[in-house]
Amino acid sequence: MSTITFAIESSCDETSAAVLRNGAVISNIVSSQYFHKEYGGIVPELASRAHIQVIDEIVTRAFKDAGIDKDEVSLMAASQGPGLIGSLLVGYNYAKGFALSRDIPFMGIDHIESHLFSCFIGQEEINFPFIALVVSGGHTILFLVESYLSYKILGNTHDDAAGEAFDKVAKMLGLEYPGGPLIDKLASTGNPQFHKFPKSIIKGSPYDFSFSGIKTSVLYFLKNNYPVDKTNLPLNDIAASFQSAVTGSLIDKTIRAAKDHNIKTIAVSGGVSANSGLRNGFLKYEKEGYSIYFPEKIYSTDNAAMIGYNAYLKFKASVGNAAINNVNPLLSSAYARFKYQQ
Amino acid sequence: MARDFALTTKNESETIDLGLKIASSLKSGDVIALYGDLGSGKTRLAKGICLGLDVKQMVNSPTFIIVNEYNSAKFHNIYHFDLYRLKSEDEILAMGFEDYMKNRGIVLIEWPEHAERLLPEGTIKIHISHSVENENERWIRVEGIAL
Repeated sequence: MSTITFAIESSCDETSAAVLRNGAVISNIVSSQYFHKEYGGIVPELASRAHIQVIDEIVTRAFKDAGIDKDEVSLMAASQGPGLIGSLLVGYNYAKGFALSRDIPFMGIDHIESHLFSCFIGQEEINFPFIALVVSGGHTILFLVESYLSYKILGNTHDDAAGEAFDKVAKMLGLEYPGGPLIDKLASTGNPQFHKFPKSIIKGSPYDFSFSGIKTSVLYFLKNNYPVDKTNLPLNDIAASFQSAVTGSLIDKTIRAAKDHNIKTIAVSGGVSANSGLRNGFLKYEKEGYSIYFPEKIYSTDNAAMIGYNAYLKFKASVGNAAINNVNPLLSSAYARFKYQQ
Repeated sequence: MARDFALTTKNESETIDLGLKIASSLKSGDVIALYGDLGSGKTRLAKGICLGLDVKQMVNSPTFIIVNEYNSAKFHNIYHFDLYRLKSEDEILAMGFEDYMKNRGIVLIEWPEHAERLLPEGTIKIHISHSVENENERWIRVEGIAL
């Protein structure tokens, strides 16, 4: 008998609902994409207050797209943290109510953990161990993943997330928000050797990241070289040089972790995993025998499909905790102490 | 020492040291607003303050997530805000900002400009500026606390 999983994600900006049949996604609605398409209107940057206004419609649409009746759901999953508490509560409580009223199992799911499994959406099994890099606007974390419930955080960012550095440098260059995809586009025709921005090295922490130094270095490069007139900025070259410094640091540390742990499987997820410089840089290592996995682009940014997939895998493996409890905005740090065995 | 003062830090580690000193003068319920441009070192100073408050978690930028929460042996909860992405008072209120201000922990706020009218009385205000000549140097002005 197949498992129908219904999942909700609302940890930050996006409200999202997804329906899965076993490991396969049959619908996945994400608020910003949905409303942009439907109404052509402007979606507020931070949608936390909007979650409560849109969740019903997002859910209805997810079931309609899936062609599934709500009463067919056999497993409920919701993002439990980390995230913004006000945003998390909307989705989590909606999901709790849904599960309680239908008397089906409910699983509170770690948002970050769901990103790292998102590379495998659609597969019924995952081969452990693997090295996972979760890299987005909010996170830059390197994991050693040994099983569904056993992780070790190898590295984290000491300051800015990689995606945040992209957005902030884009702002310095006068590009629109979010600037990550724009930098990627400009970089594709720029010279990465144009200027050498520093790759950070953190003493004693070979797997940790730092991106605020690169950000400041771009700022001073602009101040020193283009103090007044910014109309002739070599945008493509600056973008390419900056992108190469950031992706170089991400790739070097991930590959080093894989080598040190003698692991040949690498999963790169999160919004920045869509960056073409990062993808191409990683794919070069396939020649050395590494298997590199990325999520489909729709599953790289925040979405409910990955929450449902993670829940399904654990439900099927009979691991994890199917119980009703509460949100935990500190989830990743709590996990770092108790679960990730840091 | 006066409750307002200014100084120059020569590098990141001096900024961290200033954070440690500020932390030792904080009391339960204090709100610290950190002003400064992109790359000026607001997160760095927040890191120093949190280090002084015995926070064991990684203190990094909450720009995307808006608020990081940490545990401190001394003050229970530390809330580290970054309002960079929030463009109006309305949005800031909608995420429950006022509720956070009422707690008895310590609140750190990066990019407080858009919450200016929502900051409680007695907020400690710290302005950080880049040095013109030296990439590592910062000019830091502190209002509302004596060290």
